[in-house]
Amino acid sequence: MSNEKGPLLEMRNIRKDFFGNQVLTDINLTLHEGEVIGLVGENGAGKSTLMRILFGADMIRETGGYGGEIRMDGQVVHFNSPFDAIAAGIGMVHQEFSLIPGFTTTENILLNREPKKRTVLSEIFGERLDTLNRTEMDERAANAIEMMGVSIDRNMIISDMPVGHKQFTEIARELSKEQLKLLILDEPTAVLTEKEAEALLASIRGMAERGIAVIFITHRLQEILSVCDRVVVMRDGYVVNESKAEETDVYEITRWMVGRDVKLTEAEDEGRSFENANTILKVEKLWVDMPGETVRNVNLEVKEGEILGIGGLAGQGKLGIPNGIMGLYHSGGRVIFEGNEIPLNSPRKCLDSSFAFVSEDRRHVGLLLDESLEWNIAFPAMQIHDEFLKKYLGGLVKWRDEKAIKEVTDKYIEELAIKCTSSKQKAKELSGGNQQKVCLAKAFALKPRLLFVSEPTRGIDVGAKALVLDALKKFNRENGITIVIISSELEELRQSCDRIAMVSGGRIAGILPASSTLEELGALMLSQVI
Amino acid sequence: MNKTSKKKVNTDMGELMRRGSVPLMFILICAVCIPLSGLSPNMLVNEIVTRMGRNAFLILSLLIPIMAGMGLNFGMTLGAMAGEIGLILVSDWQIVGIPGMVLAMIISVPISVLLGFFCGKILNMAKGREMITSYIISYFINGIYQLVVLYLMGSVIPIRHTSIKLPRGYGIRNTVSLLNMRQMLDNLIPLRITLPGVGEVKIPVMTFIVIAVLCFFIVWFRRTKLGQDMRAVGQDLGVSRDSGINVERTRILSIIISTVLAGFGMIIYLQNMGNIATYSSHSQIGMFCIAALLVGGASVDKASIGNVFLGVVLFHLMFIVAPRAGAAITGDSMIGEYFRVFVSYAVITVALVMYETNKRRAKSRESERLREAQMEEEG
Repeated sequence: MSNEKGPLLEMRNIRKDFFGNQVLTDINLTLHEGEVIGLVGENGAGKSTLMRILFGADMIRETGGYGGEIRMDGQVVHFNSPFDAIAAGIGMVHQEFSLIPGFTTTENILLNREPKKRTVLSEIFGERLDTLNRTEMDERAANAIEMMGVSIDRNMIISDMPVGHKQFTEIARELSKEQLKLLILDEPTAVLTEKEAEALLASIRGMAERGIAVIFITHRLQEILSVCDRVVVMRDGYVVNESKAEETDVYEITRWMVGRDVKLTEAEDEGRSFENANTILKVEKLWVDMPGETVRNVNLEVKEGEILGIGGLAGQGKLGIPNGIMGLYHSGGRVIFEGNEIPLNSPRKCLDSSFAFVSEDRRHVGLLLDESLEWNIAFPAMQIHDEFLKKYLGGLVKWRDEKAIKEVTDKYIEELAIKCTSSKQKAKELSGGNQQKVCLAKAFALKPRLLFVSEPTRGIDVGAKALVLDALKKFNRENGITIVIISSELEELRQSCDRIAMVSGGRIAGILPASSTLEELGALMLSQVI
Repeated sequence: MNKTSKKKVNTDMGELMRRGSVPLMFILICAVCIPLSGLSPNMLVNEIVTRMGRNAFLILSLLIPIMAGMGLNFGMTLGAMAGEIGLILVSDWQIVGIPGMVLAMIISVPISVLLGFFCGKILNMAKGREMITSYIISYFINGIYQLVVLYLMGSVIPIRHTSIKLPRGYGIRNTVSLLNMRQMLDNLIPLRITLPGVGEVKIPVMTFIVIAVLCFFIVWFRRTKLGQDMRAVGQDLGVSRDSGINVERTRILSIIISTVLAGFGMIIYLQNMGNIATYSSHSQIGMFCIAALLVGGASVDKASIGNVFLGVVLFHLMFIVAPRAGAAITGDSMIGEYFRVFVSYAVITVALVMYETNKRRAKSRESERLREAQMEEEG
C-alpha cells in the first residue's frame, strides 16, 4: 500500500437523500491501488446506495443526484451512467446475475465487447455486420479466467451452470476489461459453496496483487477478516467505524453493525411465558420457492396466544415462510394447525382454516387500490366467512349488507386512527402508514385464529410505526389471537414479540426470548448467511 | 451420480419428445392420408418440390425476428404487400422475366424498410406482446395497402395498362396476371431428374440456389456482431441493455430485415403462381408460413433452417393429400379444404400454448430442484 501515487479513489462527504429521507450522511472513503476493503452493514445501512453512486446508476440521477465529490486518481469525476464508470475503470458484480442464459461463458465474458473481423458487407452496411472473431474471443476469455485463478469451462452454456460458476463468469467479465482499476463485489459469495468461496477469496488476493482495488460487500464477516485490508462498517447511512482487519474481530464488527444505542431501548419484558401453552401451528420441513427469499427445511412451532417474531437479513428467507405457508409461492413440507394438516399451495384453504396474512406487498397483494375503505376491509370477510351479506330466498341470492359494512369500517377507522375523509375514500389516496392500517383492519375483520404480519412497518413513519405495533399487541392481548410478525428490524421485534426466531440462509438459526440483546440476535442473524 | 445422469437422459428424451411432437403428429396424418388420397408418388414429389421452391424463402424470413426474441413475425405480411406493389408496378411497365423480378424486388425494398421500421417502432412499445401486436398491425397496413391499390393507383400513381386497371379508370383489378414472368426463375436453369420409383421430377434449380444463398446469409448473419446482439437481446433485454447494446435499434433492424426478405419471398412465391390475387394473396400468407414453420418443429423462441424445410414438406404434403383423402372418405372435397385451414390455426394455437406451458414447467423445475436438495440433505 504505497501512498506515493495518492489514493485511487476518494469519496468525500457523500450525501444522498431520497425525497427528504436522508440515507447517506457525510460518507468518506479512501481506497488505494491494490487495496481490498470490506464494506459491511445491515440491510438499509446505505451500502448499496453508496455503490450505486460510485457506479453512476441511473436511479441516483433520477432521484436528484448526490452531494459531495468523488475523485479518481485525484481528478473529480461525475458519472452520468454506468458506462462512464466502466470507462473510468470501475467494474461491478451485482447481486443479481446479469448474464445471457443461452450464451457460453466466453460469449458472456465478452458481451458487446467482442473482437471483430471486417467483411465485405460490413464495408457497405457498417460495423455491426463485422463477423465475430471467435479465436480471439476464446483467447481473451481464457486470459480473464486465468487472471481470476478459478477454472471454469469456457464453452459451457450459462443456463447449464451451477450458480457459483455464473458468479465467476461475471467476475471474469469484469476482469477482461483492460481499463479495470477498481472492482466492486456485491455479496459475491452469497451463492457460492464453501470451496468456491475460498477460491474466490484467493482470487481477490490475486487481483489485489495485480494492483486492482476491490470493494468487497458481504455479510460473511469471517471472509472480510481473512481477505480485506480494512473493514468499513456502515449503519443508518453513516460510516460508524473503519479499522484495519487485523485489529478487529467478528464480535466487534457485529456490535458496530447492529448496536445502536443499545441501552436506550431495552426491550420491555413482560415475562409472558408460553412454554406450557398449546402448539397452535407446527411447521415441518418447509421449503418455499420464493425468488430471492428461498426457504429451506424450516421447522417451527408457534404457541397459542404468543407473538412470535421472525427476523433476519433480506434475502435469507424470512419473507418466504409466511408467503409459502399461505400458498402465495410454491412450497412443500407439512403445516399442522391445531392438529389438522393444512394443504399447501392453496391460499383459500389457509383462509378457511382462519389464518390471515398481511402481506409485505401492500400495493399489489394487500389492497384493492381503486376501491373504498369499506370494500377493502369487508371484502375478505365477505368472501371467506359469508359475512356482511343479507340472504334472500334461502341463501340463493346474497346482497351486501352496506350498513354492517359501514359500521365495521368506521369501528376500525376509529380504533386504528386511520386518517381518511370517510369510509368511502379510495385506498390509493391514503398515505403508506394509513394503508398499512387498512391492511391490518382487513385482517382483523376476518377474525383469524392466527395472523401473519409481514414487514408491518416497512416504509411508514415513526408515529405510524408505534400505532401499528400497538394495534397488533392490543389485538393479541384482547382477543387472544396468535400473531407471527416478520420484520427486518430487530428493534421492533424486541419491543413487540415474546420470542424471536432468527432466519439465516433459509433456515431457522435459532429462537431467542425477546429480552435477548441485539448482539445475541445479530450473531444468529449472521450465523448461516448464504 | 449414476442416478442423476440417467435422469438427465430422461429429461432430454422428454424434451425431444415435446419438441418433436408436432412434426410427429403431421407425419402420422400424412402417413394415413397419402394412401387414401390415391396420388402417385411422381405427382407428390413434384408438388412438394414446387412448393418448397415457392414457399421456403418466405418462411426463412421469419427466422431473424425469432432470433431477436420477437416471436413469430405476423408482420411479414407487410413485406408481402411491398412485394406485390413492386410486381404491380413492374407489370404495368411491361418489364418482363428476370429483369422484371429484380426491379420489383428493388422497388419493394424501400417500401419494406419503411413499413418494417414503422412496425419495429410499434413493437418496441409493446414489448412482450409482439405477436398479437404485429398481427393487428398487418390488418392496419392492409387497409392502407387497399387505399393505395384501390384508389391511388391509376389516379395519383400513373397506371397505363387497362389490363390491370379496373374498368372505372383507377384501382387495380382483382387479379393481375404475371404470365410473362411465370416460373421464369424456376425455369432459368431447366433440370429434370429421374428418381427410381418416382419418375421424372422437375427441379427449379435457380430458385433453390436463391434459397440456398439466403440460408448461407442467415448462417453467416448469426456470426456477425449484429446477429450476436440479436441473440443476446432475444434472451434478455435488461442484460443486453446494461452491456451497452442498443436494444431498441437492434429489434427494429431485425423486423426490417424480416420485412425486406418477406418482400423478396413474396415475389418468388408469386412468380411461381403466375398471377397476383391483388386483395387476398398476402392476407393469409403470414399465417400459412408461420403454421408451416411450427409444423417443422419450431417454437416461439427457437427456430432453425432445418425446421423451415421439414415444415414446408410436412405442411404442404398435408395440404396436397388432405383434400383428396377427405374426398375419398366422405365424397366431399370441401371437407379437406376445411381441414387444412382448421389445422393451420390449430397448429399455431398449440405452439402458443406449448410456449407458455414450457415457461411454467421451467419454473416448477426450479421448485423441484429445491425439494430434491432438501431430500438429499436429509439423506
